Amino acid sequence: MVLKTEHYVINVGPQHPSTHGVFRLRLTLDGEVIVDVEPIFGYLHRGMEKIAEGRNYTKNIPLTDRLDYLSSMINNQAYCMAVENLLNITVPERAQYIRVIMAELQRMASHLAGIGFFMNDIGAFSTPLLYMFREREKIVELFDMACGQRLNYNYMRFGGVSMDLPEEFLPALKKLLDGMPGFINEYDKLISTNEIVLVRAKGVGILPKELAVNASAAGPVLRGSGIKWDLRKNQPYSIYDRFEFDIPTGEIGDTYDRYAVRLEEIRQSVRILKQAIAQLPAGETMAKVSKLIRPPASETYTAVEGPKGELGFFVVADGSENPYRWHVRAPSLINLTALKEMLLGWKVADLMAIFGSIDIVMGEVDR
Amino acid sequence: MPSLNNFGEGLLRGLKVTLNHIGRKWITVQYPEQRLNMSRRIRGTDIIWDRESCISCRACERACPVQCISMAVSRGEDKKLKTDDITVDLGLCIFCGLCIESCPTGISIYLGYNYTNTTHRCSTFSGAKTGNTPSDGRCREIVRSNDELLVDDAARPRSGYYRPEISSALPPQTLLIDQTTYLEDLRKRGLK
Ligand code: SF4
Ligand code: SF4
Repeated sequence: MVLKTEHYVINVGPQHPSTHGVFRLRLTLDGEVIVDVEPIFGYLHRGMEKIAEGRNYTKNIPLTDRLDYLSSMINNQAYCMAVENLLNITVPERAQYIRVIMAELQRMASHLAGIGFFMNDIGAFSTPLLYMFREREKIVELFDMACGQRLNYNYMRFGGVSMDLPEEFLPALKKLLDGMPGFINEYDKLISTNEIVLVRAKGVGILPKELAVNASAAGPVLRGSGIKWDLRKNQPYSIYDRFEFDIPTGEIGDTYDRYAVRLEEIRQSVRILKQAIAQLPAGETMAKVSKLIRPPASETYTAVEGPKGELGFFVVADGSENPYRWHVRAPSLINLTALKEMLLGWKVADLMAIFGSIDIVMGEVDR
Repeated sequence: MPSLNNFGEGLLRGLKVTLNHIGRKWITVQYPEQRLNMSRRIRGTDIIWDRESCISCRACERACPVQCISMAVSRGEDKKLKTDDITVDLGLCIFCGLCIESCPTGISIYLGYNYTNTTHRCSTFSGAKTGNTPSDGRCREIVRSNDELLVDDAARPRSGYYRPEISSALPPQTLLIDQTTYLEDLRKRGLK
């Protein structure tokens, strides 16, 4: 007897906890197998890029916090660097180091959250997530100490940072860095060789090299597929050429590789931070910049390596106090374009593991 | 696909990691009975304004990205600017601190050290579109104006954000990092 089957369309999200609240996937299934995927987003769309055109440059810094809200510091840095390029401002040494310290701490915090949620997505209900969040909390406390906020930092300014680090900051940071490798090894022991994680993640949702490149994927999604591309090394910005660190890559581009790359990047960030603390010079934290800036008519695309990939700001100035055009190259959105390739042919039960391994933040996808 | 021959090993390993935590210090506090000290630079949910030193230049109003400060300013008989009316809508404020940074006197406007600013029920609201449900409009109970912005008592202390002299007088922040450090922890339990 031949069974006649029909394709079946189901919706996943947006209320599903793993779709991060504001993301919907329309799946076409053949039995359990995914045969087509259509991501639907826009539930968090706030028209940010348009809003930014109606405000002056300084008022847009708090807006950047709200893009990828798990890495606000790096968003701040990217936007400030873009406007500094328009204005030809040189940032003082100390401020450069503080920015690197903040960016690397932020990368650690973002990856910790990313791994924690990924574990949550594959069904490890709360233990790994809580452990990750315990460490993330310590980083957030350091941000709180420096700028008074725990999520939307608004810490960097054109020409530097808004305030110098408080006295208590460096001792606390050193303490954090001393303990961090131990904690990372602990997670490694808990997660990386766990049979359930291996079965759910190894060999699942493979994104081959060529496809990753063709989809313009970036960050751990690209590096997980085995391509050694990191803007901090390949197009050094700020003062990243002064630090020694490695770029971890995966082998086959499966869900596990993307996880492993993130875990290793946390270790590398610890390395960078240790060097940055050792080299941190004294001095000014702010260049002389007037309060109301009017960059000359020009344009810039300035990109940094965010925790999710290349985060770029395209800013066009027309000589007035508001930007003429303000566009964000959001890594989460672009990494999503590879989602279909990863999902096709896999069972619906693998969907959340694969989706969780991309580590998207909807604030950045929808803007 | 990896084999499931040694299934159970990971479970035991995980259990061991979890059990190791039993000897560690607690990192949770029983809010609201116990409270942590906030950061000295906390951008808390309050705006405090000082009428005496304010020169009514409206720089804070201009700096605000969400336009939640509104000031009415006039010239007095002595030709000096004075503030007739000021309101800050804390429901709109994103506590970015740009107003604090822009103040030329450096002592006229502050963020609060408080972080709880809730009302149980909104009885006053504006902008209702349909019907009389508060969710349609905006709660006016968190809009502060004039004298309310001046209050500077123990219940509404000032934060040290951008104000170093206040910052150094505030109690030190409670840090989780002081409670859990991996190495100390291992040492204490004789593992290193
Ligand atoms: S903190 Fe920011 S949003 Fe709030 S009143 Fe000041 S400038 Fe406006
Ligand atoms: S910026 Fe300062 S001095 Fe000027 S109006 Fe605001 S509070 Fe007053």
